[in-house]
Amino acid sequence: MASKSGIERFVGWTALLTIAGGSVVGLRVVPADAAMGDVQRLMYVHVPTAWLAFLAFLLVFVMSVLYLIQRDPRWDRVAASSAEIGVVFTALTLALGMMWGKPTWGVWWTWDPRLTTTAILLAIYVGYLAIRGFADDPEKRARWAAVVGIIGFANVPIVYLSVVWWRTLHQPPSSPRSVSPEILWTLMLNLAAFTLVYAYLMMRRTRLAALEGKLEQRVAYHG
Amino acid sequence: MDVLRRAWAIVWKDLLIEARTKQSFNAMVFFAALVLFIFSFALGPDTELLRRVAGGLLWVGITFTGVLSLSRTYQSEETSGGLEGLRLYPGDVRSIYLGKLFGNVILLLLVEAVLFPAAGILFQLELWPHAAPLTAIALLGTIGFSIIGTFYAALTVNLRAREVMLPLLLFPALVPVLLGAVNATMLVTTGDAMGEIDPWIRLLVAFDVIFFVICTWIFPIALEE
Repeated sequence: MASKSGIERFVGWTALLTIAGGSVVGLRVVPADAAMGDVQRLMYVHVPTAWLAFLAFLLVFVMSVLYLIQRDPRWDRVAASSAEIGVVFTALTLALGMMWGKPTWGVWWTWDPRLTTTAILLAIYVGYLAIRGFADDPEKRARWAAVVGIIGFANVPIVYLSVVWWRTLHQPPSSPRSVSPEILWTLMLNLAAFTLVYAYLMMRRTRLAALEGKLEQRVAYHG
Repeated sequence: MDVLRRAWAIVWKDLLIEARTKQSFNAMVFFAALVLFIFSFALGPDTELLRRVAGGLLWVGITFTGVLSLSRTYQSEETSGGLEGLRLYPGDVRSIYLGKLFGNVILLLLVEAVLFPAAGILFQLELWPHAAPLTAIALLGTIGFSIIGTFYAALTVNLRAREVMLPLLLFPALVPVLLGAVNATMLVTTGDAMGEIDPWIRLLVAFDVIFFVICTWIFPIALEE
């Protein structure tokens, strides 16, 4: 246990340091975007949170499949932890995107394909967490959640495709602009920092989930 | 083909109960008509506006009505351990899913057979000349709706607060079906000058095939005790 919490602490501190470094570079060192100004700096947190949301839900999918094959509660705990963190990051992505959209597009919300898909993604995984909350039996909870985790993830590309069609049949999509190397490097640094944060949160959350599982078992046993 | 025979037995049983009691069908038709009415009141008596958004209103009505009937999918098995009994029969439990799926599709299509003409009258749409494409869209949309719906209904059947849980799981998953069905319906009713309907039909077909395979595949896991 000692070495395990040692790793956890190490990852935690590294995450904190890289987040601090990434924030300083993103806010102070890199020059502001010529066209958009300081608003563009939101990208350094918006893109990492979006990437982590996707990574978290991918892990939910993999762990759900693994759970259904092996029926090991460990995989369920990892899936549940990842889903929880993923929902937080998805909500952050939406909030940051709206903050960026208001000065850039002039509106908080628009039916942009990616924005819309992210909102639907949030709804899918809130459903995942909700069904966990309503189930009392740990085995059933894990099984039901795994099924929702699989169907939900399989739906993501189809949802995205359908929303893209829905929008592009009316308006042409905006073309991606070329990105300068220093912006790219700052983005990479922040991506690494946020991934470390995710790793740290996952370690904490799965440990907590294991303790919760033990407690649940003890309560069930002793009544 | 044993699976299909068993599935058909379940369809027959459920339809027979429904034909004798008519408890779901009557309520569903009335509810769906009321939804269309409420929309007309909410949007005002502007016929031009209603005609333009009729496709959307129609499918929202179908979705709300469908959720009501889906949550009752396994109701006839709920008392006296009926679902347990069905599961104990020899053979693949997937036949339960297929049977319930066919049953839901048939019931919902019957409701739509009343709902589409009603919408045509209320919103002054010329539906009859487009009967063939509209039937195809209704069929594809209803199948997609029922594939996911019948599956999640089985998953939430033993859940407390399933009336909340079913729509919470179902609605986000249905986004592609709704987009496909609504846009295809609108293109048919308002004229499809650019030939834009094709991608929507393909989307519906793709959704139906993909989720039919996934849901049939993992249904035994959802039904385990």
